[in-house]
Amino acid sequence: MTIVYDDEPDADEIPVRRIRFTINGAKKVAEVEPRLLLAHLIRQGLKLTGTHTGCDTTNCGACTVLVDGKPVKSCTMLAVQVDGHEITTVEGLATASELHPLQEGFKEEHGLQCGFCTPGMMLAAKALLDHNPDPTEEDVRWALSGNLCRCTGYQNIVKSVLWAAEKLRS
Amino acid sequence: MYPSRFRYEAPRSLDEAITLLREGGDDAKVLAGGQSLVPLMKLRFASPELIVDINNLPGLDYHREDPDGTLHVGALCRHVDLERSELLKSKQPTMAAAAPLIADPIVRNRGTLVGSLCHADPQGDWASVALALGGSIVAHGLGGRRTIKVADFVTGPFQNVLEPDEIAVEAIIPAARGARAGGYLKLERRVGDFATVGVAVAIETSGDTVTRAGIALTGVGGSTIGATAAAEALVGEPLTEQKIELAAQLAADVSRPRTDHRGSAEYKRHIVHTFVVRLLSRADGFAERAA
Repeated sequence: MTIVYDDEPDADEIPVRRIRFTINGAKKVAEVEPRLLLAHLIRQGLKLTGTHTGCDTTNCGACTVLVDGKPVKSCTMLAVQVDGHEITTVEGLATASELHPLQEGFKEEHGLQCGFCTPGMMLAAKALLDHNPDPTEEDVRWALSGNLCRCTGYQNIVKSVLWAAEKLRS
Repeated sequence: MYPSRFRYEAPRSLDEAITLLREGGDDAKVLAGGQSLVPLMKLRFASPELIVDINNLPGLDYHREDPDGTLHVGALCRHVDLERSELLKSKQPTMAAAAPLIADPIVRNRGTLVGSLCHADPQGDWASVALALGGSIVAHGLGGRRTIKVADFVTGPFQNVLEPDEIAVEAIIPAARGARAGGYLKLERRVGDFATVGVAVAIETSGDTVTRAGIALTGVGGSTIGATAAAEALVGEPLTEQKIELAAQLAADVSRPRTDHRGSAEYKRHIVHTFVVRLLSRADGFAERAA
């Protein structure tokens, strides 16, 4: 994997570190400059563009990914910090033949309109369901309160997550 | 947005971290949860030349209580750990109330209480909670450790008394001598916003009598405000309606809110009063139930 830098006068001085990590089950080695953000490693380095950068200011949650199973805002973590850790992005939810119940739920319950916030919503929801397989509506709203959606009014997103919870339990 | 260029080190021991910080001097910053520092670096409000990431330091992710009731919160204890803590729910009502109100659920997975105290944002919620509870910070440096009262720790917005080669390794909340009561109320426009107004109340009672009281205010001044006179008015007496009203008035008087997009100064001062009354009325109920 290559990340290309502009050839600046001090290009030889750029501190580059080699990191090893797992993303969606695949082991990777990357050479990254410490100031590279995790969101940029994922989108530009790994070309996994399902992770969206929305506000870029730690507010909206569109860039949410799981690091060791916990949702984090990937615009607010340095790529070097995932050395030795495991990342899940929205691309890691479905298998080759089957959608993840959360993805099915968003389809069934019309949980998206423009879809920009959806990957972050799904990963925040996945972390909730991993921790609490039988959440109340209130639990779902609470768990998604760090993720902003400007289309849906949240109603159908909450329904989608509850749909997925039920499917996963059955 | 991305930060300006810096050198990154992730030491495995505290000694190594201290040595690195000593090398870096004023141009070095400690990275714990990074939920305040990284956004500031992206906006180029902070451009440290050296980042010392302490996330690989072993044994700092604890929060535990000594047999005497003193609470210790390690530098890598995340907000989410405190939000889910049974210990806090049963023993620390003010902290248990504040933990779920810090930022948003995703930020709480990374951010830390100690980091938040060090960051010294005048809008920080934990600073009020720690101040109301009479907490301290333990700083680890080459010369050993020193304990600094939260009240003496912050010198101004985003400034604290740590030396460049010191790391805040834990926060300490002293043991209660009586039954603990209190809470934290935060008015926010939406989840994740800074407090329009935050009020922390921590009291201890013995029988009917209040034996210790702390009240601190978030978002209504250029720094966290300790409402000392309000708290002192409660000590040595039972919590009566008149006492609660007096404390609320004194707390509102000491607030220095500014009119801004979150509300008018008058509105914010009114909310301080309302929150103090609510928290103390609840505390009174708590004392009755405990008796």
